[in-house]
Amino acid sequence: MIVVDHYDVVVIGAGHAGCEAALAAARLGQKTLLATLSMDNIALMPCNPSVGGPAKGHLVREIDALGGQMGIAADEACIQMRMLNTGKGYAVQALRAQADKPLYHTIMKRTVENQENLDVKQLMIDKLLIKNGAVQGVEAETGEVFEADCVILATGTYLRGRILYGEVAYMAGPNGQRSAMNLTGSLQEAGLQLMRFKTGTPARVDRRSIDFSKTEPQYGDDVVRNFSFISPITQRRQVPCYLTYTNPRTHKIIRDNLHRSCMFNGTIEGVGPRYCPSIESKIVRFADKSRHQLFLEPEGLETNEVYVQGMSSSLPAEIQVAFMQTIPGLEHCKMMRAGYAIEYDCLDPLQLKASLEHKQISGLFSAGQSNGTSGYEEAAAQGLIAGINAARKLQGKKPLILGRSDAYIGVLIDDLVTKGTAEPYRMMTSRAEYRLLLRQDNADLRLTQKGRDVGLVTDARYDAFTKKRDAIERALTELSRINLAPSEENQTRIVAMGSVPLKSSINMADLLRRPEISYEKLQRAFGLMPLSPIEAEEVDVQVKYKGYIEKQKQEVVRAMKLENRLLPDDIDYKQMHELSSEAMEKLDKQRPVSIGQASRISGVSPADISVLMVYLETRRRKGEEA
Amino acid sequence: MDATISAIATALGVGAVGIIRISGPESLAMANRIFSARNPLSRDRARYMQYGFIHDAEGNYVDEVLAVYMPGPHSYTGEDVVEIQCHGGREALQEILRLTFEAGARPAEPGEFTKRAFLNGRLDLTEAEAVMDVITAKSKRALIAANRGHKGALSSKVKAIRKALKDLIVHLEAVIDYPEEDIEDVTYDETAQTIARCSEAVASLLRQGMTGRILREGLRTAIVGRPNVGKSSLLNRLLQADRAIVSSIPGTTRDIIEEQMTIDGIPLVLTDTAGLRDTKDYVEQIGVERSRAILEDAELALVVLDGSQPLDAEDRRLLEQVKNRPHLVLINKSDLPSCLDEETVRAICGGDCFRLSVKTGEGMEQVGTWLKHFVCGEGSDAESGTMTQNARQITLLSSAADHLDGARNDAENHLPYDCLTIDLTEVLHELGEITGEDVPDEIIDEIFAQFCVGK
Repeated sequence: MIVVDHYDVVVIGAGHAGCEAALAAARLGQKTLLATLSMDNIALMPCNPSVGGPAKGHLVREIDALGGQMGIAADEACIQMRMLNTGKGYAVQALRAQADKPLYHTIMKRTVENQENLDVKQLMIDKLLIKNGAVQGVEAETGEVFEADCVILATGTYLRGRILYGEVAYMAGPNGQRSAMNLTGSLQEAGLQLMRFKTGTPARVDRRSIDFSKTEPQYGDDVVRNFSFISPITQRRQVPCYLTYTNPRTHKIIRDNLHRSCMFNGTIEGVGPRYCPSIESKIVRFADKSRHQLFLEPEGLETNEVYVQGMSSSLPAEIQVAFMQTIPGLEHCKMMRAGYAIEYDCLDPLQLKASLEHKQISGLFSAGQSNGTSGYEEAAAQGLIAGINAARKLQGKKPLILGRSDAYIGVLIDDLVTKGTAEPYRMMTSRAEYRLLLRQDNADLRLTQKGRDVGLVTDARYDAFTKKRDAIERALTELSRINLAPSEENQTRIVAMGSVPLKSSINMADLLRRPEISYEKLQRAFGLMPLSPIEAEEVDVQVKYKGYIEKQKQEVVRAMKLENRLLPDDIDYKQMHELSSEAMEKLDKQRPVSIGQASRISGVSPADISVLMVYLETRRRKGEEA
Repeated sequence: MDATISAIATALGVGAVGIIRISGPESLAMANRIFSARNPLSRDRARYMQYGFIHDAEGNYVDEVLAVYMPGPHSYTGEDVVEIQCHGGREALQEILRLTFEAGARPAEPGEFTKRAFLNGRLDLTEAEAVMDVITAKSKRALIAANRGHKGALSSKVKAIRKALKDLIVHLEAVIDYPEEDIEDVTYDETAQTIARCSEAVASLLRQGMTGRILREGLRTAIVGRPNVGKSSLLNRLLQADRAIVSSIPGTTRDIIEEQMTIDGIPLVLTDTAGLRDTKDYVEQIGVERSRAILEDAELALVVLDGSQPLDAEDRRLLEQVKNRPHLVLINKSDLPSCLDEETVRAICGGDCFRLSVKTGEGMEQVGTWLKHFVCGEGSDAESGTMTQNARQITLLSSAADHLDGARNDAENHLPYDCLTIDLTEVLHELGEITGEDVPDEIIDEIFAQFCVGK
């Protein structure tokens, strides 16, 4: 054992969670170490070559609004950007980027390597050092000890990672990298509850072996958009993805070989996500479906590898080739890498506080797949929060905790630490009860001030933000101040905008509520203050959705009353015999921080909540008397 | 905590005056929606009794009342409270209560005024335990009601509506969260049609109300009372009055008889516990347990007392037992000199109480009239926590109907999915509260059960 150095924060793992965590801690002034198993795999995207989509794109915008890195990196590495769900409402619109994977890695590697206060080292961490319930540091396989006041676990799928397909099975992280074999034992010794999860990835095929003429190309949007509110990119080289379908012949091959799939022959112990089913699962579970779609997605501009989205499999390599070759366009495909399933250890997130710090071990934080989630975006979001909160802990500040009405990040973390998860957790817009408030267009309006207060929002970002926010507010005020009389001049203008004439005087904001009217049209017709297209769209959303937004805001106000009723740390639930036994047991184990959080624990009924409230009031008054 | 609630605050039955209490932040506004007077209730006239009229949404006169506004925190619950004193008749009370629900109040749960009073510091600390008791008793009763409710005819209908609606939401959510998957798009026409069908089904349920269930299945009624107070003769008298006996079948246990009959058009399923005490072999404890079990399952308890004798310990125990559930006390033997008056009985159990003579038939007609009101009026005294399930279900269904109208309007106007799903999800919660199916993550679970999504 050689003590090499002392750090404020050590981050174990340099994936999407680890990079955000390390950058946040370092940027907040903490001396930080980012430990990675391989310097060549920083911010590796071991599965799909894309970032974003519904709820995930929202997360990326939120990360960016708070001063995180993923949005900026994804914009730079983007080789195709689309706005999804444009016809389904502003709240569920989401950006999705195809990313050049090697480029994304390079950008992020460059970013972390050049970050002040941050050291990046290739290390296999074997041990977590804990003394008196507090983190002391980590020990590498070399015997080198890095003392630390906070440690952030961001171990992804590397903890006792095991790759499986067909008859092949070996201990490894993604793409056959070294798996972390010893850290699990050290975590268990520290009393951490672990789970074993499973996920998978499809094969990659050679671009030159695909007959794209038999597929449908899917192009990016013409309008150039970015995740980041401060990305300067206005032009972008885009490449298409290609759509094709499986058929009964594909399904027959898969069915005939199911006994050779690790998913079905009992080789896999881990729990897999419903969100990313293997093609085997899809065919078994939806036997009546005659075809499944798959997208062929380029892995980057400088590689011939093409990702076969939708075909995740743990069948033997030759079967993967055989079934892919039944698919139009892939008849002669050459497989470059086989798809595989991977099992790994992760933490039961119920052990964590909403700050992502462990409830029992002071200074131990955890983020990403090691908390049982799935997806780059979910990982990055947690990494950012863990990094911020590790720094804040060391600075003696209260943790940054986002509520369910503040951000998807808040929903994500609250779900994890309140409900736990029985399978890799994926973010979806349907998980957010205040979906209309948590739009991707207003992520900065929701969060940049918070990011500024935390200290991650740079002056440049903050200036741009306040300018935008003020312009929107001014425009909204102007709209509500102007009343339009049904004068001939006004009617002509309104008809020219493709709308119907006024019956009586109307407020300009009410006029904007008409579906065919936009701020941009009003601005031109009536000479309102000019706004950028993004600002104008924000005004449109806020005016057109006003009724629904107000409704959800009222719900938030109601819910906040329960969130603000805190449950003291020393409550003895076991003495509260009025509680149902299930509620008593769960409350005692999870120790929620508020009545609101308690109410979301499964098995805690409204009657149990009433009991808690009466208990709190009794306790408060007894306190007053004493 | 924030919802404005209302309930009848006076004891069940025909008194000279009845009081409806509305408590919560919206109580003043809600009261003024149905109360008209020279001066509306206001902060300026707080705690002054005002004379006026209650009217329905169309402005039709309902009752002449006195109303008072008591702003929080100096009120019973510590919140803004309005109390409306009306004529004590059951119909007037029920109608005004219904109007408060229409004006936006939600039926108070049993003990809810008391709970709020405690939480707002209006009750003494010594009362905490009593408040806890009310809450836990409520949850037990709710459990029993829920268990019974899940098997009921209403529940199965609501479940069917909910299923159709859930499938629609699941489809919309799948399309939202998986825009690039091979999922058939939902058309606005289909959506509007599904909503219209659900809307029609909810409206039809509302029309039938819970009365429908009782009229179909009979009101579960338990007759309790000491031996020789006249239970059997009462039963016989009731049967004589209406010979519509459907069957006479032994109950689940040897000594409990279930009779089905119709009184004034109200079908009853009567459980007579008469046999209980006649079998001397039974130890006291078993008898008590049995009658408690019967009472637990009954929707109405008919307590028969002997008016020619003062109350004894057994009578008092019975009255205590029925105190917190729907009941009617019949003081028999009005033909004999009276040793027991209604006031004494009401003081113990608080409910309705008639004097009658099974022997002469005097006062018997009151029973039928009372039953009709009990079943056909909407629910009963909310604070006693008895038939509140009805009022609650009706409120939930009405609210569901409103949200369905909103959603249908949204669908017809092709509003985007993110807005459309707000009202729909609200309806799903409301219907789920009736059927007990409202569980977290059910939509997400269904997305993955019904659609092959994910990569």
